[in-house]
Amino acid sequence: MDLSFLFFYLFAAVAVGAALVVVLNRNILHCAMALVLMFFAIAALFLMLGAEFIAAVQVLVYAGAIMVLFLFVILLIQIDRVQMLRFAHRQSPLVVIIAVLLLAELLYMIIRGTLGIAPGGADAAAAGAASGSTEAFGALLYTTYLFPFEVASVLLLAAMIGAILLARLDKEEVGGVSRQDMS
Amino acid sequence: MISLQHYLALGAILFAIGVVGVLTRRNAILILMAIELMLNGVNITLIAFARHAGNLTGQIFVLFIITVAAAEAAVGLALVIALFRGRDTLNVDEIHLLKW
Repeated sequence: MDLSFLFFYLFAAVAVGAALVVVLNRNILHCAMALVLMFFAIAALFLMLGAEFIAAVQVLVYAGAIMVLFLFVILLIQIDRVQMLRFAHRQSPLVVIIAVLLLAELLYMIIRGTLGIAPGGADAAAAGAASGSTEAFGALLYTTYLFPFEVASVLLLAAMIGAILLARLDKEEVGGVSRQDMS
Repeated sequence: MISLQHYLALGAILFAIGVVGVLTRRNAILILMAIELMLNGVNITLIAFARHAGNLTGQIFVLFIITVAAAEAAVGLALVIALFRGRDTLNVDEIHLLKW
């Protein structure tokens, strides 16, 4: 029991520290690497919460696919021209005040508020733990949530076509797709 | 056992850090990264509630959020590339055609 607290605080500290590096560091490559570290820490927390499948998806999709995409774009664009961007500008103090207020409000609600969700039955948790939650997750995804699952595939197709179409625009064509490309 | 509130607090902290990133960074790629930070804060919250409520619906939601995040990153980064080709900058302060 003590060990789970130790690991929670370890991974939470890594996640928050890496998130702060993402927000505060000036070198965009360091930001990307810190984001990868944060994704791994979050995946470890998912494991601690008994969501093994989501933890695997987190590592594969976020730390694998999405971050490789980010790094490709960062390296594709001439990095020395964009990496040293001015960080502070005149609305920064206001932003920090708003974010601190938001965080205080959220934490107050979390600590003092009543959560509208009753804790689930111990039998459900025990059943999930016995068979491994991935099996139950798959059964739920392919029966109750089959339609959203199919819609998600259409969304990914649309995003793929959109990304290809947007990224292949030439410099003189920005603002509209050139006519001969469409015919 | 770690309480639900611990995970919710962590999700709130990550979300707030993401808000700071979105509103202060001037680089379009970094704004997209900060949005991923906020999405991860929400994911932690949903998984914690799924464990708390003893069913898997929260995990299904997280799977769809990850799907949408992947689509968003792909389209967003394609826009960043198109923007950089057209205007030679990623500073969102200089991209203000629609700004009043």
